[in-house]
Amino acid sequence: MDKWKDNKAWFLVLPVFILVAFSAIIPLMTVVNYSLQDIFGPGQRVFVGTEWFQEVLSDKRLHDALWRQFLFSGLVLLIEMPLGILIALMMPKKGWAASVSLVLIALPLLIPWNVIGTIWIIFTRPDIGLFGAAINSLGTAFDHTARSSDAWITLMLMEVWHWTPLVVLLAYAGLRAIPEAYFQAAKIDGASTWATFWYIQLPKMRGVLTIALLLRFMDSFLIYAEPFVLTGGGPGNATTFLSIYLVKIAVGQFDLGPAAAFSLVYFLIILLFSWLFYQVLQNVGKGEKA
Amino acid sequence: MNLEWMAWTIPTAIFFSVIVLMLISMTIWQILSPTIERRGFLPLSTTRGDRLFIGLLGSAYIHLAWIGLTDLTLWLGLGIAIVWMVIVMRWG
Repeated sequence: MDKWKDNKAWFLVLPVFILVAFSAIIPLMTVVNYSLQDIFGPGQRVFVGTEWFQEVLSDKRLHDALWRQFLFSGLVLLIEMPLGILIALMMPKKGWAASVSLVLIALPLLIPWNVIGTIWIIFTRPDIGLFGAAINSLGTAFDHTARSSDAWITLMLMEVWHWTPLVVLLAYAGLRAIPEAYFQAAKIDGASTWATFWYIQLPKMRGVLTIALLLRFMDSFLIYAEPFVLTGGGPGNATTFLSIYLVKIAVGQFDLGPAAAFSLVYFLIILLFSWLFYQVLQNVGKGEKA
Repeated sequence: MNLEWMAWTIPTAIFFSVIVLMLISMTIWQILSPTIERRGFLPLSTTRGDRLFIGLLGSAYIHLAWIGLTDLTLWLGLGIAIVWMVIVMRWG
């Protein structure tokens, strides 16, 4: 075959390969090595086999954190994906209004993650925060540091405010890339707004929505900085997500072995779900073309 | 080169060597006879590489389930994983 004759293109891939090796593959190998040993310090380690995996897999607190994490990511996707598409559909298509709305929509994405947490701490404070004070003036005692339901509401609001813009931007880009001819054809056929959306816009957005879904799932599943700053995992353990619990084990207690085993389980969960989402979204509607 | 910070052990070294060998042999196989996408018992069309990925991911979960749910020796889990791997590669 011809493509094997000229292999110079492989050199262009080399920098990425080296970068990935140093940023992902070598650290991952180190984590695998750590997960089978009890590490006391540099050069002091004992091989313990699968002991850490047994410990981690039977850890009740980890199970709780895992369900909490699934609930959080599930809610995030259920709210952000439809909301993002809806906003993208309502945005102006061209002219200065389109530019202005794009900039306004993208603003939350520019704020560093730990600052987001701080902003929302102040925003939801019952005494000086606009949101907290407003809710309290209605007669409901709102306090995200004391009630777990309030902590969840605050976290969800923060997450939706912070990350829906990403879905909007991707969906908007997907919508703008649809040729005008499709809409003209739909108009001639007398298609309703809903039919146009369901049979033209949504299928044409499949690629960008796949990326949006994967990014939002992975990011929300790995969330750390925002709940750490906002609630610190509390009240109690109400918002202790997987990464917060992981950091407690690894940095707080310096149990590198269990933390490494935990990280690998975490990694495998993300790998499985990302792959499943990818497969589902790539195969949706494929049968219709035939 | 001092690799002490990576905390290598013999079992993990063997594990990664096997993975690397798999990737190398899959590459050579691909050059000698390129894969054809097909559909087996899995609910999707797969290439040889896809089936390797599914097989490895499944093996990882089989091992985790074995450790989490039983107290038996892990070699049995490894045996099941190898059988799973062969089934996926051949009929997947």
